[in-house]
This record gives sequence, C-alpha cells and structure tokens, in this order.
Amino acid sequence: MSMASTDRVGVEEALRLQFEIEQLYAREAHLLDERRFEQWLDLFADDFMFRVPIAQNVAFNALEEEYLEDALAISWIHDDKPTMAKRVEQIRTGVHWAEEPLSRTVHLVSNVLIDVVESDDDGPLELDVKSGVLSYRHRLTDQEDTVVGRRHDRLRRIDDVWLISGRTLYISQTVYLGSSFSHFI
Amino acid sequence: MESEQIRELVDIPNGVASRSIFVDEELYRQELKQIFGRGWLMVGHESQVPEPDDFMLSRMGEESVILTRDRQGELHVLLNSCRHRGMKVCRFDKGNTRLFTCPYHAWSYTTDGSLVERAGDLFGVPGWKTHYHEALDKKEWGLISVAQMRNYKGTIWATWDIDAPPLEEYLGSFKLWLDSALNSRSGEEGGSTVLVGVQKWRVKCNWKFAPTNFIGDAAHAVSHKSVNLANISPSGSGRRDQRAKGHYAFGWPDLGHGGLGFTPRPEEEWEQGSVFGRFPEVSEYFREVFEKRKVERAGETHYQGKGTIFPNTSFHEDQPRTIIVHHPNGPEETEFWRYYLVDADAPEFVKDTLRHYFMTYSGPGGMTEQDDLENWLYASDASKGMIARQFPYNYQQGLGYSEPFDGYPGSVWCGYRETEQNQLIFLKRWSEFMQGWNWDELMHRSTHPDYVPFPLKAGENVEEVR
Repeated sequence: MSMASTDRVGVEEALRLQFEIEQLYAREAHLLDERRFEQWLDLFADDFMFRVPIAQNVAFNALEEEYLEDALAISWIHDDKPTMAKRVEQIRTGVHWAEEPLSRTVHLVSNVLIDVVESDDDGPLELDVKSGVLSYRHRLTDQEDTVVGRRHDRLRRIDDVWLISGRTLYISQTVYLGSSFSHFI
Repeated sequence: MESEQIRELVDIPNGVASRSIFVDEELYRQELKQIFGRGWLMVGHESQVPEPDDFMLSRMGEESVILTRDRQGELHVLLNSCRHRGMKVCRFDKGNTRLFTCPYHAWSYTTDGSLVERAGDLFGVPGWKTHYHEALDKKEWGLISVAQMRNYKGTIWATWDIDAPPLEEYLGSFKLWLDSALNSRSGEEGGSTVLVGVQKWRVKCNWKFAPTNFIGDAAHAVSHKSVNLANISPSGSGRRDQRAKGHYAFGWPDLGHGGLGFTPRPEEEWEQGSVFGRFPEVSEYFREVFEKRKVERAGETHYQGKGTIFPNTSFHEDQPRTIIVHHPNGPEETEFWRYYLVDADAPEFVKDTLRHYFMTYSGPGGMTEQDDLENWLYASDASKGMIARQFPYNYQQGLGYSEPFDGYPGSVWCGYRETEQNQLIFLKRWSEFMQGWNWDELMHRSTHPDYVPFPLKAGENVEEVR
C-alpha cells in the first residue's frame, strides 16, 4: 500500500483493499494451479488485454527501451480475453500435445502494492496494482522451468466484484529458456 | 568422423538416415565447421539498424556477431569477440555507437571510416606507445569480419567462407519463394519490413528438427489438431490457416532447399483466399491490394511458397508471415529467433491485426508452434539412447515418385503435398557439406566422385533436374 492511496482513501479502506486484492490474487493462483481454467477466465473483464513484452539488454542510459511496449512491437504474448479462452479450449481438447499431459504449475504472488486510480467522473473504482509473480512448472519427467516477473495490473470494481481489466507481465528473461508458454504464466 | 563414415549416415536411395545425425556430439562439432562455417546464414534485417552507428547483436551458428551500420551507411557483420582475450566487446542487444570497447583490457574497435581503414579495425590500445612500444600492428588485430555479406531485400545474410557462391546462386530458383515473403502483397520488390521485437527462445532439441519440419513436412498436420479444433483462424471458421488451390511440396535436390508452395500461374489467375472474416476492414484492405496486384502485374507470373533455406533459415510467405532462424546451441539444444514480416506501407490496423494473429500462431506462445516444439524436444530426447540411436529414421514417403518440375528450374515434386522428398533433399545436402565437398562440387560445377543422384520416378532423367 503506497502512501498516496492511504492518503486518499484512509487507512481502513486501504487495509480493506489490500485484503481484497491479495485474496483475489491468491484465488487466481489456486484456480490456475488446480486447472480450473474456465473459472479463472471469469476473473477478467471482457475488455481485458494481457501483454508479456520482450526484454532486451540495453545500456544504462537507454533503460526506457529495455522492454518493447510500442503498439506494434512483437511480444511473447498479447492476448485479449477471447484468445485466452481459445487457449483454454485448446488445452481441453486433450490433443494439445504441449500440454497433454498437463504441466503441474505453482504460482506465487507477492509484493502487492496498490494505487487508487484518480478519476474525475463517477465511473467504477479502479486500481493500479503492482506485484511480483513466480510461476513454476514441471512437465513430464525432467522438464522444469520458472518464469519470474513483475506484474502491472489494472483492476475495476463492478457491483462489489473485482475484475482484472489489464495486465502487463515484465518477465526477466531476454532469451526465454522454458521451451514454450503452453501453460498460463 | 571420416567422410566415408559420414556418407553412410544418409542412405538416399533407401530413404533412411541415422539418428546419430541428430544426437552425436562429434558430428555436431563438425557441423559448426562444415555447415555453419561455410553456408549462408541469416543475421537480421536492415530495419533493425536504421541509423548510422546503430547496432544489434545476432548469432551465426554458435558465434555472437554484431550487425552494425557505419557512419557512411554501410552494413557490417563482425565477430563479437575481442582479439586480445576473447571477451565480448558488446553485450547490449542493441544500441548506437561507433566505438566498441572491450570491458577487459579496453582494446577498442571502431566502425568510423574517418578513423580506420576497415570497419571493426582496432583503434585504441591502452599503453600502445608506452608498453607496446608502437610495435603492435593495429591493422592486423581488428575484429573478425564475415567473409561475405548480402542485403537481400532488407534481410541481411552472411557467410564466413570467401569461396561461397553469391547468395542468389546459392538460393537458385528457390529465391522466387523468398521473394514472395519479402515483396509486398501488391508485388512491390522488397516492400516488407519486420515488426520490432525478435522472439528468442531455447528448446532442448537438435537444430535440424526445425528446418526439416519447415522444409515441407505436410504429414505432421495431425500434430495441430487441437489448434484446429479450438479454431484460432482470423477467418472465424475452418482450418488455422487457409490458402489457395494448387499447393504442393517442391524440393531443390542439388541445393538442399525446399518447401510447400504453389505451381506458377499468371498473376491474373491467382486467387488469394480470404482469411480475415472476423476483421472486415482488414479483409477489405487485402481484397483491394490483390485486385490492384492483378491489374498491375497482369502478364507476369505468380510464384509463391514457404520453406527452408539450407541450413537453418525457414520462412513463411503468407500466414503467419515470418522468418525463423534455428541457431545450433549444442547437439541437444536450439535457440530459435523468430522475426515477423508485414508490408511496410500497410495501415496500422492491418499490421496490428496481423501481429496479434502471428503471436497466437507462432513462437513459444503460439498455439500452433507449441505442439511442434514438443515434438522436436521429445523426438531428440528419445533418440539419444545407445539402443535408440542404432535405428534409423524413415523418410520413405513418396520415395521414387519425384519428378523434375519445369516451372521452378532445378526442382522436383511428386504432384502432391504429403511427401518426404524435401527432408531427404535436406539430408543429402547435409551429407555433401559434411563430407567436405568444395564449392565447385557443392554447386555442381564439377561432379564429386561420391555424388548420389536424387531418386526419381522410373524413366525420369536426372540431368533434367539440373
């Protein structure tokens, strides 16, 4: 919880938000790790976009170019919600060989830092949330990989339910060492 | 391994090849010299280094190289290793400089033509006067440069071998298919560019699985059943990609290239399938472009195809339009670099729709490519055993049914798509390089005593293939 949010919403509200969002992330991690992918999709707003930008090594004075985030830059993944649903559908066919048998994953989410998005209108409450995520997978006999990244989410509260409306995952690897993103990171 | 033993690994007339080609450490070391030390390798795209002093890191085989543009606008490919103790003089994936200074002992190299004769020459050495007594000849100790470099319609190619033939000769008429990827949809020469961002990732598979897959392994389509069931096609229905009629496997037996492509036909008879049903504006854009092409290119011939350029570059000309380089990274690991192509003058919304489609299809996040990667990984894994490696792979699909195809000089086809002639053609070329043939023999200007003609349908004359 940053001071800005505490100032704006008060300590009690800030603690409540912290609790709600951390619970949401814990629920998301468990849904993924228990392969309840269809329920996992329900956590996202219909206009949700998920982007995993590519990182490259740059000099100290060009760090703003470290992650490729221009509108037309290629990413590792840049999905809307229908595409994510297609990925779930593909896994459920039982013949998506990169995920059949399914990988075993464990997602750990930590360092949750919440900022309330300032807004002039009467729209829904929105949050900018930063967190750290460690996504571990084991596959078949000896295939093991870990993706660690910094997550920047946008969350929106509609009828007392939090929906994730945007997510950028800044993974640390420049050359991805885990064969494929057939699992959900 | 002696060339006599190497010859025995690929049995062309019988359509079988030893698994040791895909797992053996000693053969791998020989490949780095005989194949990656001599063949034409793709290094990058000119649009990645648009300004003077721009540079990017790339690879040629296992070697780290710098692709850079000098102050005069000329491109260079330099080995990224200090001549003094071998330290990488550059560890940034991209940037802008004309001075590469080694972090170890500060030897510095420049591409500035006003300071040195040749780009990459040694410029500064600490203590050159006081400790080397001016005896160190800087001209002798510049960064190693590739022997030849070629900018082909924006794609940058290089070879370490001064005797290698020009890239166009090396490609033969297979060049027509590379053109179909690099020219714009309207047919403008080299009208394509690459989107910013190269996907680089490693898979525990031998590097040759990918090029022999992309050379036209039509029978592996069953691997992609799941993606067809989930239907990611931007058309909103049917297969994951859709294409025009008359799509076959063609291979170039004397050059090692091949792929899946179309029989040549007059431009006005080319029917481009509509694949963007879910995106009406994009559909409309392509409809207009292809209509215009038909009018402007009337009377010309339409050549189109996708495939593998020996040894380790594959491309797809249509959907998804990409180039992939399969960098060897040890006998059991490959580092893939995938570039994505679009027409430089396409509107932004078209580029954006294409890029989303490309990313859901290809690369490690690609719903189609993931299943390929799985195949290559576990095929490599299960071929390593001392028992497993005693049994050859089978490439007999269509064996003995290949015929010369006049529409593409030097090519053969079976008149259908599901044939393994192209994989065999790749392995034939692999064997010829690995036996250490010289370029006269490799380019068939003279005949090596161990030349084995590619098996054709009874009655076909091998000379017609040349």
